[in-house]
Amino acid sequence: MQKPANAPRAPKGSFWTDPKARAWLFQIIAVVAVMALGWYLFQNTQHNLEQRGILSGFDFLQQSAGFGISQHLIDYNESHSYARVFVIGLLNTLLVSVIGIFFATILGFILGVARLSPNWLVRKLATVYIETFRNIPPLLQIFFWYFAVMLPMPGPRNSLAIGEHLFLNNRGLYMPAPVATDGFWAFVVSLLVVVAAIIAVARMAKAKREATGQRFPVLLASLALLVVIPGLVSLVFGAPFEWSMPVLQGFNFRGGWVVIPELIALTLALTVYTAAFIAENVRSGIQAVSHGQTEAARSLGLPVGKTLRLVIIPQALRVIIPPLTSQYLNLTKNSSLAAGIGYPDMVSLFAGTVLNQTGQAIEVIAITMSVYLAISISISLLMNWYNKRIALVER
Amino acid sequence: MKMVKSTLAVLTAATVLGVSGFAQAGATLDAVKKKGFVQCGISDGLPGFSYADGKGNYLGIDVDVCRAVAAAVFGDASKVKFSPLTAKERFTALQSGEVDVLSRNSTWTSSRDAAMGLNFTGITYFDGQGFLVNKKLGVSSAKELDGATVCIQAGTTTELNLSDYFRANNLKYTPITYDTSDESAKSLESGRCDVLTSDQSQLYAQRIKLAAPDEYVVLPEVISKEPLGPAVRQGDEEWFDIVRWTLFGMLNAEEMGITSKNVEEQAKTTKNPDVARLLGKEGEFGKDLKLPNDWVVQIVKQVGNYGEIFDRNVGAGSALKIERGLNAQWNKGGLQYAPPVR
Repeated sequence: MQKPANAPRAPKGSFWTDPKARAWLFQIIAVVAVMALGWYLFQNTQHNLEQRGILSGFDFLQQSAGFGISQHLIDYNESHSYARVFVIGLLNTLLVSVIGIFFATILGFILGVARLSPNWLVRKLATVYIETFRNIPPLLQIFFWYFAVMLPMPGPRNSLAIGEHLFLNNRGLYMPAPVATDGFWAFVVSLLVVVAAIIAVARMAKAKREATGQRFPVLLASLALLVVIPGLVSLVFGAPFEWSMPVLQGFNFRGGWVVIPELIALTLALTVYTAAFIAENVRSGIQAVSHGQTEAARSLGLPVGKTLRLVIIPQALRVIIPPLTSQYLNLTKNSSLAAGIGYPDMVSLFAGTVLNQTGQAIEVIAITMSVYLAISISISLLMNWYNKRIALVER
Repeated sequence: MKMVKSTLAVLTAATVLGVSGFAQAGATLDAVKKKGFVQCGISDGLPGFSYADGKGNYLGIDVDVCRAVAAAVFGDASKVKFSPLTAKERFTALQSGEVDVLSRNSTWTSSRDAAMGLNFTGITYFDGQGFLVNKKLGVSSAKELDGATVCIQAGTTTELNLSDYFRANNLKYTPITYDTSDESAKSLESGRCDVLTSDQSQLYAQRIKLAAPDEYVVLPEVISKEPLGPAVRQGDEEWFDIVRWTLFGMLNAEEMGITSKNVEEQAKTTKNPDVARLLGKEGEFGKDLKLPNDWVVQIVKQVGNYGEIFDRNVGAGSALKIERGLNAQWNKGGLQYAPPVR
């Protein structure tokens, strides 16, 4: 808006009496003060570190680590750098979080539904489970699974054998591992082709259904594609894998894959603990859906299972997702309790061993905190996106 | 205007607090005197070095070093408080000022001395890394450990030596690293690992904590030098000297035959000028260190000389029964050697 040129100017008061100018001034002062305080703290820390002869900076990440790690998803030996140790710790944290979230979600949904079951026994069992595991601190549960369940298992020479090639002992779970052979890449390519074909079939089926109302058995066709094409390719190029079997040799099994007991114990504890909370989220979500919906679905003749799957759960999800996000975050953060049992996660490996070998407390802790922050924010964003997608769209 | 003023006041207060929150060089002795006790970081449970008995009293060599510092500063060995620390926590606790002395069987290494802002004041125990295994394994040498799973404490020099040793001998191993020595011991007992590796003194100490100590044996190989000693923060020479000379005082006392039984007598009647200087009868050597002149008398009377402490905690008079070996005085075939007081 433009003022007319001859309009009387507002009485020119002091700068201090102009509320707008004052507001700006105070904002600027506040920002400057906060920045000055931050700068001061930074300088002071730098000065103190220097005075005590503590090296600072991130150069240490390039030094070679010089210690062994019990589980590394990527190649590692002692001559690799601290930076690589950081990546290994991060991957181990992500691994246990992803497995934990997967199983906790499944178990939690089953328990949550079971808690509302019309069957008295099922309902009560679910209640007992939830009330028990929700109320025991996660660290104790980790100790329980590790010291009371995993460690007392028999040693490698007396392993519990499950079938011929699966062994469980206090060193972990040993299983055959696929090892890629010459035919591996042909196999991968054939899989990609199959995936593309399935997508095409699904699209065609959808178009056909919308046009004519006829259904096409997409699932069956996909399965057939999945079996036939890679099967043929394997016949031509040879098997994509051969199996490496665990064999007892010396102190321990060699060959195959091993899931270390620290990972098993940690996953079990986190799953069991978090599932109890997820179950409660699921229960409250289901209960938030008006009972009229069930009655309406049943009066249309839908059986109980379909009522739940097609009517209740989709509506309940809107209530379940936000608190579920919190549980995923909790599980990820609780995985840092791994330090108690020697699972080489981010905290134990990087904020523990690396910090101690280098003494770079400030840098290491800063990196670790930012990583957890980044993981948590990613989970949040992902879940919020999903939440938006399934939110009630009013037309 | 009022708001600006109050904001500034808060900022000033924060600044002042920030400054006073950080220790300054030369201030440790003053701070210790002001609070009335020495805060000492010790291990989280290691028989012979620092271990709480049934009544909650701490015992051990490392603990006695702390008591000796308190006896030197205050003339009262009981004016000390203990912070049990895991291997991972220890250096941060010292750097941040949580403890005044770290007496926690820590190995003196170049990187810790030079890059971590610490100063090691001396060597209370000459040690070396070894291996503890179950006899059932039928292993008699560390060279037979190819493919073994090894329990170890996180963030220690042993973790690095282990990897060096296995690489040098072309052996493979799987490390399982725990935070506390108790967890490693439990893990060895359950058979999660085949071998426990640590400083030899610790292995003997761990062994007596196991349910069946006789089933375990310490292998003959010693794969590293582990000079263990107390450490202080870098940049406070005054405090550094006090902690360093506390150990030298105890060593000199042993060398001169001064024990907790005869120290008072000797202080009164000695004709030997060396003894007279050490016990504060001649000269002002205590004052040089900003300590009372009878500092060594107080240490030896209340805590004992080095030999007495060794004997009582890890030597013949203890359950561990470790030989003096390298820890004997220099004139008795060992490495312990203190500079003279003069």
